[in-house]
Amino acid sequence: MSAPRIELLYWEGCPSHPRALAELREQLAATGLDPESVEVREVVTDADAERERFTGSPTIRVDGRDVVEAGDEPAILACRVYHRRDGRISPVPDPRDVRDALRRALTAHGRTPSA
Amino acid sequence: MTLAIGSKAPDFSLPDTAGDLHGPGGGAATVVVFTCNHCPYALAWHERIADVARDYAPRGVVVLAICSNDARRYPRDSYAAMQERVARDPGDWPMPYLHDATQEVARAYGAKTTPDVFVLDADGVLVYRGAPDADSDDPAQRADWLRAALEDLLADRPVARATTDPVGCSIKWAA
Repeated sequence: MSAPRIELLYWEGCPSHPRALAELREQLAATGLDPESVEVREVVTDADAERERFTGSPTIRVDGRDVVEAGDEPAILACRVYHRRDGRISPVPDPRDVRDALRRALTAHGRTPSA
Repeated sequence: MTLAIGSKAPDFSLPDTAGDLHGPGGGAATVVVFTCNHCPYALAWHERIADVARDYAPRGVVVLAICSNDARRYPRDSYAAMQERVARDPGDWPMPYLHDATQEVARAYGAKTTPDVFVLDADGVLVYRGAPDADSDDPAQRADWLRAALEDLLADRPVARATTDPVGCSIKWAA
């Protein structure tokens, strides 16, 4: 059985990506995936942002799908605004949104997520 | 270059969202906060800074929020967007929201991030610079570093923690 592709895209002008990567790796381990399997890519230029459809840093994708849909947000080199499930604004996604995206992907790959 | 603790802060006069001009001074202390509309750190800390403005206004503290970002590349930080934000939730703005269109004030202060907090005494001397508190994600921190600096200043004590590292989105400089 295959594993989902996990990507973390970041822009150096925003300080949130180390925390986002650490929290993503925690969720990967919790769902039974390899925490080291993350493809980490820096988005440097406006052209990079357009090409990657990068709507802010950090952006986490599982099998090409954003863990939090960005809607019609424009491509931009900026920090991304996330909302925690309790309503707080945060520079990183709610870990539960990341976990749910990973679990959906695992199921799509015919695998059973860890508890 | 960043303004040093103990140095006289640059004076300025900037328009708020109604066009009225504001600058530091006229109170026991002035809190200058570089902030913006699009940054999650600035948004997460906003209510805590607004609470400081409400809580310390009776004690003569003036809080000035300033947006200095390049609106051409970041239209969410345009003057019009600032005006829309204040008009949408005027209760969220117990302090004026000033537009630094030329970015001269941000450069003069050496602001690096949104937010970046500068506390000036009654003579306009810098006594604190840094983050509002230790964690943008934790509202329970209540901008404690900023409050502690104000308490020291208002009690005529040296500010015990005069500098912390500002944390947030980089100021978006015009090319």
